Amino acid sequence: MRIAKVILVAVGATLTAPLALAGDTPEEDRKETVEYFQQKFPDVPLEEFVNGQYALDEDRRKQWESMSDFPPFEFAVAEGQEMFETPFANGKTYASCFENDGIGVRQNYPYFDTEKKEVITLELAINRCREANGEEPLKWKKGPIASISAYMASTSAGKKFDIEVPNDDALAAYQAGKEFYYTRRGQLNFSCASCHVQNPGNWIRADLLSPMLGQVANFPVHRAKWGEMGTLHRRFTGCNRNVRAVPLEAQGEEYRNLEYFMTYLNNGLPVVGPATRP
Amino acid sequence: MRKGLVSVCLTTLALTAMPPVYAEPTQADIDRGKELAFSRKDGNCLACHKIDDGKLTGTVGPALADMKSRYPDREILFKRIWDETQFNPVTVMPPFGRNMILNEEQINRIIDYLYTL
Ligand code: HEC
Ligand code: HEC
Repeated sequence: MRIAKVILVAVGATLTAPLALAGDTPEEDRKETVEYFQQKFPDVPLEEFVNGQYALDEDRRKQWESMSDFPPFEFAVAEGQEMFETPFANGKTYASCFENDGIGVRQNYPYFDTEKKEVITLELAINRCREANGEEPLKWKKGPIASISAYMASTSAGKKFDIEVPNDDALAAYQAGKEFYYTRRGQLNFSCASCHVQNPGNWIRADLLSPMLGQVANFPVHRAKWGEMGTLHRRFTGCNRNVRAVPLEAQGEEYRNLEYFMTYLNNGLPVVGPATRP
Repeated sequence: MRKGLVSVCLTTLALTAMPPVYAEPTQADIDRGKELAFSRKDGNCLACHKIDDGKLTGTVGPALADMKSRYPDREILFKRIWDETQFNPVTVMPPFGRNMILNEEQINRIIDYLYTL
């Protein structure tokens, strides 16, 4: 079953349609997703989807642009750079753990590690780097890890996402992420797709719903609501709570697979994190 | 598993126990219904529906108006609020009764209120 078809059914109502999708190649999913959102929002240029809700609403966009002179994430980027460049106790730095010394690599994360058979997100790689060098891991959802991730993303500004699904294990991880996105959960019975595929552009109370396409590209973010930076998995936790579902563990396998699926759909779109959101 | 069973029983109960004729609601019933519909922790209907004088209303669902003329059959309206997925499997409207977000009495107060719109 293809995403586009499922969505058409969703919009046309009444027919029974399992919202779990099976059997597609990731590349077909991606193309259909792009097509679906371009049809739904014909005036939005493809590259704009990375700006989430700001791509869909003129007023919101103006407010956003008016604060871009003094972006509230700048401090985090500077702090992240300093931490990134400061040697660990053993004298090595983060650069030693990453391809190209960690500069301009955000667009390749998350990737599937074919030996360990798991999805490696940027934040996971940062903490594994620390542990490999005898340092304590950082907390996953905010603080220093968000700053380092913000700095690393900033060195990839404008680079196009290039996520690969190298083998069947990787495909299984991708499929698990996709299934998560489309599965209803919580007392309120929502899937991620209920809000971000069926209803982007709609208001849910005072919040404007962003489309699935482009989500992830802007992370980590500084949210007005948080008054600080947060990672993608912090956002996942929040969206799970909103539907009265028990949030899962940040950087646990489910959320990493989810991130892998979501990021794959952004292949060809630019890295724009860190960013600001309401 | 256990929860599933409970909610199945509740569904049957709610649908069979419903009396066919309703007494005129009091103003207190109507006020209570409005409160339940508007409150974020109960119905939170405004998240998706424009209703009456509700503020910051969402656009996910249709505006709720002219309810009595559009839903002369109270039971149908009850069933849709109880579990809209029975009418539209891909709806995003939460199954308020089935998932025990609201109980039968609360849904009935909300209907008392909706019928004034
Ligand atoms: C009941 C509605 C709802 C559900 C269900 C929901 N979200 Fe959200 N989500 C929101 C709202 C509201 C926002 C803030 C506005 C926006 O940016 O879309 C948001 C924002 C996000 C963002 C940030 C977008 C950006 O541009 O920064 C991501 C990523 C996201 N959601 C992912 C998910 C995932 C993954 C799931 C499922 C686990 C999910 N959401 C389920 C309502 C929802
Ligand atoms: C998360 C979104 C959401 C919430 C919250 C919600 N609804 Fe809905 N509702 C919808 C949508 C979408 C529809 C359109 C029909 C469908 O999807 O099947 C709908 C349809 C309806 C209908 C039929 C509409 C018509 O014009 O015929 C009624 C009645 C209704 N809702 C009542 C309620 C009540 C009462 C509440 C709160 C207790 C509520 N809804 C909360 C999304 C929602």
